[in-house]
Amino acid sequence: MKLRFLEVSVGVFVLLGIAALFYLAIQVSNIAEYRDRDTYHVVAYFDHIGGLKVRAPVTVSGVRIGRVAQIVYDPERFQARVTLAIQAGQDYLPADTQASIFTAGLLGEQYIALEPGGDYEMLADGDEVLFTQSALVLENMIGRVLTNISGD
Amino acid sequence: MIEFLSGLGRSGLHWLAVLGRASTFLFRVLLAQDAVVRRFRLTLAEIYSVGVRSMLIIMVSGLFVGMVLGYQGYITLVNFGAAEALGGVVALSLVRELGPVVTALLFAGRAGSALTAEIGLMKTTEQLSAMEMMAVDPYRRVFAPRFFAGFLSMPLLAALFSAVGVMGGYIVGVGLLGVDSGSYFSQMQAVTDWREDVMSGVIKSIVFGFVVTWIAVFQGVDAEPTSEGISRATTQTVVVSALAVLGLDFILTGLMFGDM
Repeated sequence: MKLRFLEVSVGVFVLLGIAALFYLAIQVSNIAEYRDRDTYHVVAYFDHIGGLKVRAPVTVSGVRIGRVAQIVYDPERFQARVTLAIQAGQDYLPADTQASIFTAGLLGEQYIALEPGGDYEMLADGDEVLFTQSALVLENMIGRVLTNISGD
Repeated sequence: MIEFLSGLGRSGLHWLAVLGRASTFLFRVLLAQDAVVRRFRLTLAEIYSVGVRSMLIIMVSGLFVGMVLGYQGYITLVNFGAAEALGGVVALSLVRELGPVVTALLFAGRAGSALTAEIGLMKTTEQLSAMEMMAVDPYRRVFAPRFFAGFLSMPLLAALFSAVGVMGGYIVGVGLLGVDSGSYFSQMQAVTDWREDVMSGVIKSIVFGFVVTWIAVFQGVDAEPTSEGISRATTQTVVVSALAVLGLDFILTGLMFGDM
């Protein structure tokens, strides 16, 4: 086997393999999100988080500006403590912003929607979102409907 | 009863001895890895025979696996009105599981068996002993370049498999079944995480490459120096590699995604 051919074909093979990795990174996965790593953390307490998962999107007006970083139960407040990692560029959220847990579509995953308030002070790293709205639990809703019907 | 017990003990001791020989062999091969750089031409030739010549079968299999995933995923998803999620299904199954595992199985059949047969024949025809007589270290001359070539080729081949598979799913899903092209890729990017999904697939393929090449080269060295011995060693390579890959895949998947 000629050395020249060997070298060229091995070079092409390695290049193709690396190109495939790049393709997987850029076209298939969400590597673009790793570019803006700078985030600040805001805490929100919910009575009930429903099916919210870590890494669920955090949106404003439907535009994603961050992700859920951590979910733990706070035994002192009897509430779920949800840490939101928000992109550093999106630092103009008023202090009285409301956080609600919504569901994307009928069976879709749950996400956090932020609705900006009117305060002049902005949320900063480590702050708490004071106004929250828990996830809708279908069983509770059905129960309420049933009691309403029987009450009439 | 005593017969049965002694048989059990004998096979246990036999496997323990094989494992010991395999570990010492691996250790010596790893120590000889400096030869990879010093004898770069040899390594190049091995990467050619192990990696480049496996490329065609890997890419063709990847394409077809991706196309079948496109069909099957669509048939299931369309019942839930979620055909748009096809991209995510295809990408996740390829990147996490099918890419590394199927590539490793094909790699064991295509390249591993060839390595075992080649080295086994070298041993049978006493080429390895002849090398030692001439003070040429077979670990540096023969084993180290082959080991490195397999170790390097596997992750690249697995990445190729997944990438071609995603395109295969695109051909069927978007081209034939009419899933929207934009939502195919946006769904894919929404559910596939670079670190958790793609990188753990790459780690899997690196581990599989290491294990399959280790088994293949060791089986060749450990083969009985007869024609039956070589044929048995070649079969053993494929069987043991396949079992090791599937078992390891279960363990690695548990470790990587267990806490989700």
